Amino acid sequence: MQRILPTFLLVVALIAAWQLLHLAIGAGALTSPWMTLTHLVSMMGTAELWANIGETAKAFAYAMSLALIGGIVLGVLLGVNRLAGAVAEPILLNLYAIPKVTLYPLVLLCFGLGLSSKVAFGVMHGLIPILLFTMNAIRQMRPVYLRTAGTLRLTPLQSLFHVLLPAILPEVVAGVRLGFALTLLGVLIGEMFASQRGLGYMAVNAMGLGDIPTIMAVALLLTLIAVTCNSLMLMLDKKLQHR
Amino acid sequence: MNTESVLRSALVAGFIGLIELLCRTHVIPQSVLIPPSLMFTHLVALVSAGHYGNDILFSFTNILVAAFIAIISGFFIGLAVHSMPRFRSALEPLLASYYAVPTFIFYPVFIVVFGVGHGSIIAIAVLLAIVAMITATLTGLDRIPPVLRKSAAVMRMSRLETAWRVELPAALPYLFGGVKLAVAYSFIGVIASEFILSGAGIGYAIAFAYNNFESNNMYALMLLVLISVTLINAALNFFDRRLQARRQR
Repeated sequence: MQRILPTFLLVVALIAAWQLLHLAIGAGALTSPWMTLTHLVSMMGTAELWANIGETAKAFAYAMSLALIGGIVLGVLLGVNRLAGAVAEPILLNLYAIPKVTLYPLVLLCFGLGLSSKVAFGVMHGLIPILLFTMNAIRQMRPVYLRTAGTLRLTPLQSLFHVLLPAILPEVVAGVRLGFALTLLGVLIGEMFASQRGLGYMAVNAMGLGDIPTIMAVALLLTLIAVTCNSLMLMLDKKLQHR
Repeated sequence: MNTESVLRSALVAGFIGLIELLCRTHVIPQSVLIPPSLMFTHLVALVSAGHYGNDILFSFTNILVAAFIAIISGFFIGLAVHSMPRFRSALEPLLASYYAVPTFIFYPVFIVVFGVGHGSIIAIAVLLAIVAMITATLTGLDRIPPVLRKSAAVMRMSRLETAWRVELPAALPYLFGGVKLAVAYSFIGVIASEFILSGAGIGYAIAFAYNNFESNNMYALMLLVLISVTLINAALNFFDRRLQARRQR
């Protein structure tokens, strides 16, 4: 309890700063914390919000599973094969630094409007960090693990599930934490441009209408969801590190 | 050149060649993707004719200003936070969750506050980049070996001298990691916000070309972004490797 008290106080201070900013620039530009919360609660009562949350959640679930599976599989392959990893790493780092929004027209042309391009966009954002973390975890794994697996005459599949994956789990969780945030961002940006549904569309629509209370309510909701999921994964991360 | 760079260049060249071939043989229709060689010649033609000069200038000014603000203020905020351990332990959980929040969602608020133009775009890019720099500064200061500070004390260096001659060089490789991230995030922040809502800039020009079916212009500009990111990354990595090599010496 004593450890989270300072953080709690800091959050209270941040909310106070938000309130002060609201008083300084006016309700037309920034709604107050309380107004945002009440607006969010009243939006919670409408079916529209829940339909949009459902759409975003569906796209996110698809994108996250694809990024997770693809990232781990490719990461293991590139990690095991040292040359392939060394060749691919700078290319991947470069792809990671590209503002992927610019590739959006291309994604749209390939996947069309709707769910599949949202998912593709989420995967584009989330796959590379998971891949890089997995690859580096395998590279830095102690070689004695694999030698032991060899001595015990484990089949490749057995050594994958009983040696490799458990050994790299903590790093993979750290990669997934980053990948989670980026996949969510990717899906939301995807919804902002090429969708008629979802929280990203809701935000961009409100932006067009100049509807600040709705923007702030959606932003608050997303922040709460993202921070909660991130904290849960951080806790898991800490647990795995101390194993 | 070692084997890896040769293989890497071959891989990239092969990939571009494959796309070129697929486009030229119309396996990929022209309406979807134009051949890379055409993208490049069109880009050269656009730049030499001076089209989009203002947009390119607008974006790069924004990126430069945003990266500069983020790096300088991130460094000083990092210094301040590092000197207040209790505040830092309160702040750390928030920093760890920071990049989980999709920052772009706050772009509309900045538009209302700063208007459409440089201000709101730079604000969102700084917001995206600054925390990477703060975190890197904190890590860098943490990793200064205690023996260096002790040696400085033995040599009776003043506080300022210690900071300038011992602590800064020791933390520099980590700080530079932060600089790399801050530049990448500024780039992403600027181009993406221009794409969402803006009246100028490369991101805006791509969105405009896309909406008006000018696919030649669109792909040329996309290529421009790709090339600039690659060049900036390569330059930063070059300096990074030199710093890392110095640390190992």
